[in-house]
Amino acid sequence: MTDAYAAPLDSLTRLRGIRGAMVVAAQDGLVVAESLMGGVKGTPLAALAANLAARVIELSARAAVGEPRFVHLQAQDGSLLVAPAAEELLLVAVAGRDVPLGLIRLEMLRLAERLA
Amino acid sequence: MRAIEPWVVTPLRSFVEESSARLALLMTTSGQVVAQHGFTGALDLMAAAALGTGIIASSGELALLMDWTPFRTVAHQGQRQSHFLGWFDTPHGRWVALVVFGGETKLGLVQVYFDQLVVELLAAAPPAPVQKQEVLAADFERELNASLRALFGR
Repeated sequence: MTDAYAAPLDSLTRLRGIRGAMVVAAQDGLVVAESLMGGVKGTPLAALAANLAARVIELSARAAVGEPRFVHLQAQDGSLLVAPAAEELLLVAVAGRDVPLGLIRLEMLRLAERLA
Repeated sequence: MRAIEPWVVTPLRSFVEESSARLALLMTTSGQVVAQHGFTGALDLMAAAALGTGIIASSGELALLMDWTPFRTVAHQGQRQSHFLGWFDTPHGRWVALVVFGGETKLGLVQVYFDQLVVELLAAAPPAPVQKQEVLAADFERELNASLRALFGR
């Protein structure tokens, strides 16, 4: 993993409840860099996160609300969090249940800005 | 969707639906078409099969030349349309998949569902035939015609 991505991913995965974090190519949904706990499958997650982000971006454009800054998909056992970083990159995190989502969100937005 | 091998239909249909692929082609490494989705003309299909297997063969040779493990997948990305090629081994020999997709899906998703397709095809595949018969010209022509009928309904 390149240093440019290792440091942001490390600081994100140090937060409580984060099960994995990735930098994903938005255009093709492939993993650029990852830091994942055992059992979290990066490849399908990256592909699905990029697809979800593309749909949300399209939806936001149609609704004329500007580009999305953060996507939060809350499921029964955890959350998928996506922050568009640079034009072609997404910062993706998987969080478990009962985690400080506000703190994670702030950290992801800060890191996304740094990546951009 | 058209297929010479009926057990291929369900996994391939599921792959096409889930990956949002525009075109999909399954073939042997010699370019014989096993199943196809979305192709409308025989010439396009045969040319795509020949070129697809050619790309897999040449990229495999390139990998060998560089002393690498042969690439399992190759992707060519275009602005509006891309294609993905991948090979896998079945009880009936090595097969190649050619998938054409557009902006409605992503390479990563195609890759993920391709891996799933391989698993499903291997689960559905009947055992390979034991005996190998000598290939006669008449048999070859009959099989070719049967294949074209199966693929294009002619």
